[in-house]
Amino acid sequence: MKLRTFNQGGVHPPENKISADIPIKILGVPQQICIPIHQHLGAPAVPVVEKGDKVKVGTLIAKKGTAFISANIHSSVSGTVAKIDDVLDATGYKNKAVVINVEGDEWEDTIDRSDHLVPEIKLEPEEILKKIEEMGVVGLGGATFPAHIKYMVSNGRKSDTLVVNGAECEPFLTSDHRLMLERTDEIMIGIQIMMKSGQVDRAVIGIESNKPDAIENLRIKAQQFPGIEVIPLKVKYPQGAEKQLIKALLNREIPSGKLPLDVGVIINNVGTVLAIYEAVQKNKPLIERVVTITGKKLKTKGNFLVRIGVPAAMLLEALGEEIPEGTSKIISGGPMMGKALNSLDIPITKGTSGIILMDESEAWRREPVNCIRCAKCISVCPMGLEPYLLEKLAEREMFDRCEANAITDCMECGSCSYICPAARPLLDYIRYGKVNVMRIMRERR
Amino acid sequence: MDPVILRSALTLGAVALSAAVILFLVAKRFKVYEDPRIERILELLPGANCGGCGYPGCRGFAEALVKAADEGDISALKCPPGGSDTMAAVGKYLGIEVAESLPTIAVVCCGGTLEKAPPKLGYDGPAKCTISHALFNGENGCAYGCLGLGDCVAVCTFDAIYMDEQTHLPVVLEEKCVACGACVKACPRHIIEIRPKGKKGRRVWINCMNKEKGAVARKNCKVACIGCGKCVKECPEKIQAITLGNNLAYIDPDKCIACGKCIPVCPTGSIAATFTPPQPKPKPQKEHKPETQEVSQ
Repeated sequence: MKLRTFNQGGVHPPENKISADIPIKILGVPQQICIPIHQHLGAPAVPVVEKGDKVKVGTLIAKKGTAFISANIHSSVSGTVAKIDDVLDATGYKNKAVVINVEGDEWEDTIDRSDHLVPEIKLEPEEILKKIEEMGVVGLGGATFPAHIKYMVSNGRKSDTLVVNGAECEPFLTSDHRLMLERTDEIMIGIQIMMKSGQVDRAVIGIESNKPDAIENLRIKAQQFPGIEVIPLKVKYPQGAEKQLIKALLNREIPSGKLPLDVGVIINNVGTVLAIYEAVQKNKPLIERVVTITGKKLKTKGNFLVRIGVPAAMLLEALGEEIPEGTSKIISGGPMMGKALNSLDIPITKGTSGIILMDESEAWRREPVNCIRCAKCISVCPMGLEPYLLEKLAEREMFDRCEANAITDCMECGSCSYICPAARPLLDYIRYGKVNVMRIMRERR
Repeated sequence: MDPVILRSALTLGAVALSAAVILFLVAKRFKVYEDPRIERILELLPGANCGGCGYPGCRGFAEALVKAADEGDISALKCPPGGSDTMAAVGKYLGIEVAESLPTIAVVCCGGTLEKAPPKLGYDGPAKCTISHALFNGENGCAYGCLGLGDCVAVCTFDAIYMDEQTHLPVVLEEKCVACGACVKACPRHIIEIRPKGKKGRRVWINCMNKEKGAVARKNCKVACIGCGKCVKECPEKIQAITLGNNLAYIDPDKCIACGKCIPVCPTGSIAATFTPPQPKPKPQKEHKPETQEVSQ
């Protein structure tokens, strides 16, 4: 059978899923932990604790701001708040964070810490949404969009399908893969919760064919539940992007500037599904996530269940390794869309899906030469844009023409920069143009 | 005569006549009155169209001058490249007294040279400060200092600023800089400031913009201002040109008399001047050489 995929553009970088066979281990906590208050898309949360306050695991430490798009943040450890200070985070800049001195491991009483499965869903759809909002669940695929908002902005638009994103199209990363193998039952219940809250009766799980064990595993489980279907997909980047995944699975196209809801789809990552299960059934806020630590030069690799706020250096420590000789780049996230870090002391946040160590040969870009008009960037752009043109327009600061050429449709997947034989810094300039076009559009309003 | 020729000549003549009448009437009806003074002032201006005055080119500035002259006050308008002389000439033509303004220059307030703030990270993106600035806090780890990619050099229409290969910091040429402020706007880190040239070109400034606490700032850069306040104490009591704020000292150029006393007391050497500072007499001399970033080459 021919595997499904999206029709336009896309690339296939070496998969390098070298940590796929390693089971998830639980990572301990350090003496001190910094939890940034801005880990999600939208407005930063507002701290509700002060220096000297005692917190437990799961205590609310920062409340969602007054803005519509924002999320709660909870303590991932128990201890005393040492200070609220500016801390270097994965953005490369200092941002406000709550620093907590760890004392013991005491959890809030409301959290159900037992392992047993809670299959029956007692809450009503509105209550489920409220719970998701309260527990600070955000999309764990990388964009960290607050999860409850996806259901709230419906304005009468009726959705009919829930898409669960298990594509994990970024090379190296294996955290979602491991979740699908090890937490299958929870994910299935999570999907049912979301089907109930979104009032849909069909769910589709899309998984790329390089994870045959996960496909098999979920397929067997899905047979017990009506309406849940697992569809294998051809391996292609960026299949995990929402528009591409919906096109691949349901053959529905989302028009420019529209949301999945406009074509009747709700879409969530498998990690988010698990977080929703834990939030709704176990009353557990989003205080930990699975992070992959990998790199070709590392002797051992790993997938760890990490408390939010643990410094990235602890992952290496847990592997019992130093930074290997010749490492010149450390990336938070996937190699295609992730961000290079300038220190390993940065805290793991809700959006950190992996830490990748790149050695010298992989880390540096080639020296850019002139564009040879080969049009490869156009053929790989999943959004059907013309990256070579957008680059030149942004470089010359012709932002009105950037806007006319739909620069804001760019999702910054990096396929164009990846494929460019002239090593042009296409995405760098497109990002520059995009930021300016967005600013101009905001000013115009 | 051939009737064809006659007919065409008459027709065309009639068309020409009616067109002339229409044009005449239109010119009368829609005449735009332009103040003749604008053209005259335009001749007095440098014609660089640099935009330093804040108006779109010299013509825009001339129009603004005429408008202001009708209200009787042109003191708010200044032509940076023309300086005092141009404004005096314009004032003379308009019959308005213009107070003499001090000549100004762009000053780079960062001392993070390759040697003093060695790079720890690598950047291989496009050579544009705005892009680098959006990505991270700079190769040397300082989130406030010069990125060294030369956006200021690219925007300068007077070739008055260049990037020093050795230090990776921009250098302003005193004789060419007209203080139009284009580089000030271009710098994403806001480290360039327009300051008065000072008497005989003597001026002193804090060569750092790092607002972090002293220890943090020093970790990345040896010549970072740590906000200790020693210079504030050293500044003569009558002058008090130096203020502290955001872990950073600031020298008010309007108050500073460029005596240079603050320079030797700075423990990190983050005060720069265009002249060799006097050595403190009472204390034994240390081998404390402050960074004097020569602005004129």
